[in-house]
Amino acid sequence: MEEFRINKNNGMEIGLYTLGDHVSDPRTGEIMSEHRRMKEMVAMAKLAEDAGLDVYGVGESHQKHFIASSTPTILAAIASATEKIKLISSSTVLSADDPVRVYEQFSTLDLLSDGRAEIVTGRGSRYGVYELFGYDMKDFEELFEEKIDLLLKLNSEQKITWSGKFRPALNDAEIFPKPLSGKLPIWRAVGGKPASAIKAGKIGMPMHLAALYGASSVFKHTVDAYHRTATEAGFDSAKLPVAMATMMYLDKDSQTALKEYYPYLNNTFTQLRGTPFPKDRYAEATSVKNAIMVGSPQQIIEKILYQYELYGHQRFIVQIDHGNLPFKKIQEMIEMFATEVVPAIRKATKGSN
Amino acid sequence: MKIVLLSGSKVGSKTRTAMDYTKKAITEKYPNAQTSLIDLAEYDVEFSDGRNYLEYEGDTGYVTKTIMEADAIIIGTPIFQASIPATLKNIFDLLPVNALQHKVASILVTAGSSKHYLIAENQLKPILGYMKAQIVQTYVFVEEQDFHRKEITNDDVLFRIDRLIEDTVVLTETYTKIREEKEAAYGF
Repeated sequence: MEEFRINKNNGMEIGLYTLGDHVSDPRTGEIMSEHRRMKEMVAMAKLAEDAGLDVYGVGESHQKHFIASSTPTILAAIASATEKIKLISSSTVLSADDPVRVYEQFSTLDLLSDGRAEIVTGRGSRYGVYELFGYDMKDFEELFEEKIDLLLKLNSEQKITWSGKFRPALNDAEIFPKPLSGKLPIWRAVGGKPASAIKAGKIGMPMHLAALYGASSVFKHTVDAYHRTATEAGFDSAKLPVAMATMMYLDKDSQTALKEYYPYLNNTFTQLRGTPFPKDRYAEATSVKNAIMVGSPQQIIEKILYQYELYGHQRFIVQIDHGNLPFKKIQEMIEMFATEVVPAIRKATKGSN
Repeated sequence: MKIVLLSGSKVGSKTRTAMDYTKKAITEKYPNAQTSLIDLAEYDVEFSDGRNYLEYEGDTGYVTKTIMEADAIIIGTPIFQASIPATLKNIFDLLPVNALQHKVASILVTAGSSKHYLIAENQLKPILGYMKAQIVQTYVFVEEQDFHRKEITNDDVLFRIDRLIEDTVVLTETYTKIREEKEAAYGF
């Protein structure tokens, strides 16, 4: 795990991430300025650091309702406002970018942040980036596989000779600057189904898995498939970390949390995906076995530890700023999360797994 | 209540004729319902390429968004090569999984042969069911002989369309009420 800067003795790493979604208020229809939303993403990272959280992620999108298209820039601003928190992209749509440039940007970020940068790469779940940069969805799989191959090579070799279909060949090329310790942790973002987890396992990459709702046990199949494939491919799966990512809403008691959160969750789904969040599925959140992280601090502790039993993951990051949730509420949640939830999780996971 | 009438073919006039009658009959009987008729012959709809429906522009965006905003959809379809037309199937392909959840869907079929009677039962209903629609089980099947010069001349068919409309509206109201009561019980 050291290769990926994970220290098991510290217990599960816990953090926040944002997708920079920019949607209107579900009740008033008003939308904040891009300027304010951008600043709040940085302010939220500062609060996360002050609260002692381990990780902060910013995920990339290139279309209406999102403003985080330039994640390395946002992370760089956060780097200069913070000192300890790890800075990850969650995720970078590598398929529509140049791996060399991605590597340069995150090496730079790593130096500026004194070795806190990590890349989480994925294929993207939205169409916008492909259209904007002129990539064909027909190459969805091939674009990513080729580019991840190059990105990993850039991370492990000093001089690179490489050729592929989607980028000019490299001949004994050297990339500047190098990350602080010579290497960056590079994770693969996986959407939930085993197919893409299997691909991560095959090349021995750490897996960053989104598990938003539904029975938590379903995602265990994905985690198991990942470990099994990694082992079969000759990797020591005990050395490969797994991160879980989801959305969270905390309040003093479960009834208040359920009631207050629904409009924001529903708003997120309605505006970003065009389908409301069904209330009957949401009602399942009261079970510890359901992946929707809404409830009192005690409920959230139980849910995280229940998932930990299933997945044995090393990192858990949550989105708490979606659907136009007010910043004041975000502040309260960070405070409550850091004081009531995180210590219990760290205590329970310290030194194990 | 928003009712969308979807005429699913670019070919021929029988389905459109039946849908025009259906729209007129809804407006007369339920003047407060918001009805819109989408005749796919009049729209240039792209083939689904896998993106979310919100990301389509133009006619494709209009057609998918209008359907997604509906409370009830009355689907009019001819039968081609013993199945529904590709134009209609494409609409389903453009929509998300569960797109028809909390919507009522009813069916009106026009066909050149009575041998096609079970095609809606065996091919269209499974799609609607998969997409989570509440289906009005009894559908209207109209044959060539029921039309004359772009009008339905068989009174039996007209009565059956009237019943289809009534069932669609009553079921939509009922399911909406059931859902509202169920959701109110959750307390969030």
